[in-house]
Amino acid sequence: MSIFIDSDTRLLVQGITGREGRFHADQCRRYGTRIVAGVTPGKGGSEVDGTPVFNTVAAALRETRANASMIMVPPPFAADAIMEAADAGIRLVVCITEGIPLHDMLRVRSFLRLTGSRLIGPNCPGIITPGACKVGIMPGAIHTPGPVGVISRSGTLTYEVVHQLSGQGLGQSTCIGIGGDPVVGTSFIDCLRAFAGDPRTRGLVLVGEIGGSAEEEAARWIRDHLDIPVVGFIAGLTAPPGRRMGHAGAIVDGAAGTAAAKISAMRDCGIHVCEDLGNFGEFCAEVFRDCVSSP
Amino acid sequence: MKLHEYQAKELFACHGLPVPEGETAETVAEGLAVAERLGYPVAIKAQVHAGGRGKAGGVRLARNRAEAGEALEAILDMTLRTAQTGEQGLPVRQVLVEKGVAIRQEFYLSILPDRASGTMLIIGSGEGGMNIEEVAARTPERIARIHVDPLAGLQPFHVRRLAFELALSDVQERSFFDLMTGLYRAVTENDLLLAEINPLVFTADDTFLLLDAKAEVDSSSLFRHRDLAALRDDTDRDPLERKAARYNLNYIRLDGNIGTMVNGAGLAMATMDLIKRAGAAPANFLDVGGGANAVMIRHGFGILLADPRVRAILINIFGGILRCDVLARGVVEAARATAVNIPVVVRMEGTNVEEGRRILADSGLELINAVDIRDAAAKIAAMAGRL
Repeated sequence: MSIFIDSDTRLLVQGITGREGRFHADQCRRYGTRIVAGVTPGKGGSEVDGTPVFNTVAAALRETRANASMIMVPPPFAADAIMEAADAGIRLVVCITEGIPLHDMLRVRSFLRLTGSRLIGPNCPGIITPGACKVGIMPGAIHTPGPVGVISRSGTLTYEVVHQLSGQGLGQSTCIGIGGDPVVGTSFIDCLRAFAGDPRTRGLVLVGEIGGSAEEEAARWIRDHLDIPVVGFIAGLTAPPGRRMGHAGAIVDGAAGTAAAKISAMRDCGIHVCEDLGNFGEFCAEVFRDCVSSP
Repeated sequence: MKLHEYQAKELFACHGLPVPEGETAETVAEGLAVAERLGYPVAIKAQVHAGGRGKAGGVRLARNRAEAGEALEAILDMTLRTAQTGEQGLPVRQVLVEKGVAIRQEFYLSILPDRASGTMLIIGSGEGGMNIEEVAARTPERIARIHVDPLAGLQPFHVRRLAFELALSDVQERSFFDLMTGLYRAVTENDLLLAEINPLVFTADDTFLLLDAKAEVDSSSLFRHRDLAALRDDTDRDPLERKAARYNLNYIRLDGNIGTMVNGAGLAMATMDLIKRAGAAPANFLDVGGGANAVMIRHGFGILLADPRVRAILINIFGGILRCDVLARGVVEAARATAVNIPVVVRMEGTNVEEGRRILADSGLELINAVDIRDAAAKIAAMAGRL
C-alpha cells in the first residue's frame, strides 16, 4: 500500500508542452506512471510523446478520466492552473512550480477548501510511491519499495535522505515533498494522518527545516496519534536569524522557527532526531531495526 | 523586498491613507530646506532597512533650524547599529524630514498574510509605538487579532470588531473604516508580506495619521508590479550578495571560512550544519537552485572564490534536475577562469554522476573527491584545524 498515489493513478500534466514539463512527464512515464493527458491552452489536439494534449482540464477530464494532475507551469500562471484542476474535479493536484506569489496561494488554499481537492506543494519535488508511480521531479532510481514513509519540506535534501535509506536496504512506501513555501496545500499532519491509515508503512522519516512551526505541530500529533517509530531531521542549525534561506518559508523570526527549538520539540514528543546527516542511513537502520524487518 | 519608510508612505498615500507631510534629503542643506518649508518642529528619520531606528539614534526631533542642522549632521553621518543590523551596521545615506505632529493617542496596526492559518491577519493594539512582540509577551490581552478569509476579503464586521477591541471613540470610529479598507487594499493589491503602522496616531486635530510605516513586498510578485520593482534599494547589501542576485543565485554571506555551493535550499542548510559539525564554519549559504546551468555554476563558484575569507570550498550536489555533468562543466570553466589556490572538496550524487566525475577527473584540476556526504564532512574536518 501507499498514500495518495499508486498504480491506479491516472496523471494529467498541466504545462506538458514546456521544456521542463515535457522532460519530467517523460521521466514519470519511464518510471511507470500512467500519463493520460496533457493540458496547455491553445495546444489542444496535439500530442507530446504520444500523450494527447487538451486546451482545458475540463476537456481532458471528459476524454481521459484523469484523477491526478502535476503542474509544471510558470509562477504567474500556477495558481490559476491549480484552481482550474480543482474546479474540474481533480482530487489530487501536485504543484512543482517555485515562486508563486504568497497572496495567490492564500486564495488557492481558501478555494481548495470549497472543492475538497488535495494540493501537494507548491515549490516541491512531488510525490513518489516507489515501484508504482512517480508524480514529480525526483530522480526515480534512488528509491526502492519498502516500509518507510518519508515526509519533507525540501527537495534535494529528501533525495539525500532517500539515497541513504535505500543504501541501508530501507525501502520506502511513499515519499512526499510538501514544499518549501510558507503556505502549502498539504501539511506534515495531513501526511501523517494518511500514513497512519497505511498498514504497510511501519516507520516514518520527517525532514524539516527552520521557519514556521509545522514541525512542532507535527511532533505533537505524532506523540498523540502514532505508535510507529519516527526519525526526524531539521536543516538550518547554523542559519542566521532574519535571513530567508532560499526557500520562501525558511526564515527564523525572533526566537520562533529555530532548528534548536524544533529539535527539542521533536525529542520531547518521542521522535528520534538525527543531527548528523552523514550518518542518517545508519541512524535509521538502528531505529527501524525491529519494526521493518518483520513481513 | 523591504521598502524604505518614505516609499511605504508614498504607497499607502496612493491608497488614500493619511501620512505626515514630508520629503527625503541626502545632504544637510537639502534637509534644512525641507525643514524650513515644512515649518518646525520636524522629525528627521534615517532611511535604512532596519527596525529599532529610534533606539539607535536614527530618529530625532528638531524644534528649530539649529537643532535640525545638528540632527541632520549626526544622522547623515552615522552607521546605524540596531538589533536587526548586527555589529557592522548600515550606513545612512538618506533621511526623511517630516512635519511634527501633536499626538493625542497612539495605536499599533499591521496586516500580513498568516502562514499558519492561511488567512490575512490584522493585528491591532492600543499600545502604539511599542515593540509589539514585547506587548504580546507582557500583556497579550492588549492585542486584537482578526483573521480575514482571503477570498471573502475585508468585511465591515471585521473593522467593527477591531474598533470595539481598540475601544475607539465615536470620532475615531468614523474615519477608521476608510483607513482599514485602504490599508487592506494596499496590502492585497501590492502583494505585501507585511504592512505595519507603528505608531498609527490620532492627532490633536482629530485625524488618524500613519506616523511610521513599514512595508515588505513579496519578491515573487514583482513580475506584476513593475512600479514596485523599481523601488528596490540594494545599496546596503553585501556586494557579493548583490552580484549573486544578478545571476539568480540564492547567496547569503556568513562569518566562517568554508565556502559552500549546493543545489536546493534544504540541502544547502544541511551542508552548512555539516560543516559546523565537522568543527569548521560556513562562509556562506549558496543554493544554485534546481534548474542551474553551467553559467550559473560558474558565477556561483566565482563568487565563492572572490570572497577573501574563504579558505576552502565544499561543493555538494545531489543531481536531480541539475545534472552532475552540467555542474562539473561549470566548475571546470570557473576554475580555469580564476586561479584556484584553495582546496575544493566535491561531492556529487544522482543524475549523470559518472559523466560528472569523469569531466572533473579529466580537467587536470586538483579537486578533492568525496564519495559521500560523510566522507565530505571528514575531509572538511581534517582541514578545519589548518585553515
